[in-house]
Amino acid sequence: MTAATATYREAVRSGIRRAIQQDTRVFLMGEDVGRYGGAFAVSAGLLEELGPERIRDTPLSESAFVGAGVGAALGGMRPIVEVMTVNFSLLAIDQLVNSAAALRHMSGGQLSVPLVVRMATGAGRQLAAQHSHSFENWYAHVPGLKVLAPGTVQDARDCVLAAVDDPDPVIVFEHQLLYNVQGTLDDDAPVADVWHAAVLETGTDLTLVTYGGSVPKALAAAAALRSEGINPEVVDLRCLRPLDWQTIIASVTRTHRMVVVDEGWKTGSLAGEIVAGVVDRGFYELDAAPERVCSVEVAVPYAKHLEDAVLPSVSRIVEAARKVMPRHG
Amino acid sequence: MSQSVPLRPSDRDGIRRVLIESLSYVAPEADGSSLQPTADIREALDIDSMDFLRYVTKLHALTGIDIPERDYSSVSTLRGAETYLALRLGVT
Amino acid sequence: MPSLGADMDAGTLRAWRRGPGDEVVRGDIIAEVETDKGIVEVEVYASGVVERLLVEPGTKVPVGTPLALIRAASEQTTPRVAIEKPRIATSVRSSTPSARKLARERDLDLSHLRGTGRHGSITRSDVAAIAGSVELAGVHEPAGTRLRASPLARARAAVLGVDLRRVEPTGRQGVVIAADVDRAAKAPTRLSAAEAGTQTGMRKAIAAAMARSKREIPHYYALHTIDMEPALEWLRDRNGERPVQRRLLPAVLFLRAVVLAIRDFPELNAHCDGGRAEPSEAVHLGVAVSLRGGGLVAPAILHAERLNIDQLMSEFQDLVLRARAGQLRASEMSSPTITVTSLGERGVEAVLPVIVPPQVAIVGFGAIQTRPYVVDEKVVARRLVVASLAADHRVSDGHRGGKFLAAIASRLKEPKEP
Repeated sequence: MTAATATYREAVRSGIRRAIQQDTRVFLMGEDVGRYGGAFAVSAGLLEELGPERIRDTPLSESAFVGAGVGAALGGMRPIVEVMTVNFSLLAIDQLVNSAAALRHMSGGQLSVPLVVRMATGAGRQLAAQHSHSFENWYAHVPGLKVLAPGTVQDARDCVLAAVDDPDPVIVFEHQLLYNVQGTLDDDAPVADVWHAAVLETGTDLTLVTYGGSVPKALAAAAALRSEGINPEVVDLRCLRPLDWQTIIASVTRTHRMVVVDEGWKTGSLAGEIVAGVVDRGFYELDAAPERVCSVEVAVPYAKHLEDAVLPSVSRIVEAARKVMPRHG
Repeated sequence: MSQSVPLRPSDRDGIRRVLIESLSYVAPEADGSSLQPTADIREALDIDSMDFLRYVTKLHALTGIDIPERDYSSVSTLRGAETYLALRLGVT
Repeated sequence: MPSLGADMDAGTLRAWRRGPGDEVVRGDIIAEVETDKGIVEVEVYASGVVERLLVEPGTKVPVGTPLALIRAASEQTTPRVAIEKPRIATSVRSSTPSARKLARERDLDLSHLRGTGRHGSITRSDVAAIAGSVELAGVHEPAGTRLRASPLARARAAVLGVDLRRVEPTGRQGVVIAADVDRAAKAPTRLSAAEAGTQTGMRKAIAAAMARSKREIPHYYALHTIDMEPALEWLRDRNGERPVQRRLLPAVLFLRAVVLAIRDFPELNAHCDGGRAEPSEAVHLGVAVSLRGGGLVAPAILHAERLNIDQLMSEFQDLVLRARAGQLRASEMSSPTITVTSLGERGVEAVLPVIVPPQVAIVGFGAIQTRPYVVDEKVVARRLVVASLAADHRVSDGHRGGKFLAAIASRLKEPKEP
């Protein structure tokens, strides 16, 4: 066993390195992933280690290099494409939604697109409206795509490896705030079942459903709630498409109350989808109207205090949890 | 609400426990253990056909054995029910 | 407090030039503020109506502090504001036809409404906003009439047979939650209270109703012996295919036969108050249930005419269970339109029942017993039951009563799926 402390960034890098070493078809490409080491330093050192054939810098055109990734995947390669942030991925959304997601269907099953697209998402580093949005729900809306959003260090490695192993296009969202988070990484452990949600903490009073960058906030909120006698269960979705309803419903069946924490905007959000799905599947398990903690519906501001005010916070999660609990709870 | 987990009894003692539990389910105030083994439980506990049906339903829930209507007379005394369930469960 | 210079971080409000209720237009002078450089007139930067002044003259406040609340012309006024300003009622304001139509539909008085249309005219959306607020405020639905319970509480109440209206809510906004239902289910039931000493209360109630019945209602009685072989064979075959939870009891065949037969005898499915019978469209079938530990209740299976035989069985079972658990609903106690009593369980051959006022008929069934019976000139052993009817002679006659029993008998001779 080689469990050791590592950052989320190192875990992603470890997953990429392993995927490339294990399979000659795998390579990484994107803006500045080579000489610069990646906009978030995820691929730092990999060019020297693995060579320019496997770590490829691309021109600054998301549509072009994501499209090249689709082509490479169609041609039998297993590309990992890094897009700097989800905001910029919108320039390549045609390649992802109209091509990658639909080709298996449109070719009557003859074509596979085993493409992995990794991108940073979310706010919290004062990168303003250009770099801070959360559009996970845009991709989780599309049949033909799978969407992963690791929220822990181990999952950061496992999501890369699971995505590379999948025969269909997979989008992996890495939250900007998580890259420096430290946790335990067992590099020899088998790849976890990241296609299903994980119950990170068990509880009896309510279910906190969350994913990605909101996972540490939900865990901190859970600790705060426990100190006031409320015992929450924390469900980390990990996979945003397809959603793991079985785990969500099983948890709500235990707790009968739910708060969804989702950094996306509330209107049309994944949080809304989760509430609707729970109402569809478990209406008579609900003992209180579910609450959603989402970002305020404005472009994410630059100023620190405004950015903090816009994003889901530990205190807003705690407040929402209190709201679903009975008065004397 | 005590939820009974279906646990197939594996011996005579288990069967007797199931019988007492089923009887106290329909007649909570009655002391099932003081019943005469050969007394008709409908008479002894003053239960009607609906309560008898609930007793049979409870036996089914606790043992997994579906008791057809024609066998109702076999389970209408404690001794008869014990023998009947032992036979159906393969308990000696 | 506006910034009246790059180096200004606070200012003192000297005087207000406008007050609450005044209309202001962007650019109007609304206040005077004293800064280090002297007194400066402050222009208002939004048009609308001054709703509230927030800072008293003479107060020094930091830049950025709100000084007054101005309601923009495009914002709809709240009913609270409108009602606080009845003087508007005196001025005649125009309103659009669709606004007037909606106001008529919702029974709203437009004279108290401030319009947001051109020249203050009242638009449909003004009325809709008020109507919405009125509904939210609970004017159309007085607070407390609608039961608020969580989905889980409702599901659990159905399983436990708890009447949600009798549950003390502890959820937010008066919502009944599952824990409340659990608590209510565990609380001593009315039955155990009866056992503890108010047994005499139930006895008294039975005594009063039966004495009134015998005092006021001229009963007549009719009996009819029914061959139960076809019905019981049908029942045996049907139950044989079904797991124990889905089997039917013979008593349900009786109930079903009464429900089907009563259709043609509406005068027997009625309430009689002050000598006049009021037939009921619905068949709320009263069922006499003896309680463990003594006593009797006869609550109704509501709308039995809408139920097939399986539904009737499950409603019957539910009713008996709840009757014995002391969890009957008021509606079930007061509503029976005809009652069935089945004393056969106790082995008697026939029962001559007493009508429960204000009903006008009651049907009894004795025990199903094997007896000699003549079929095709031969005496054979058959399982028989004696059905009986007690009915109010002011409302019906023995001839009709006899036909009703015969109709029940023919239903039982030809049992079939609903």
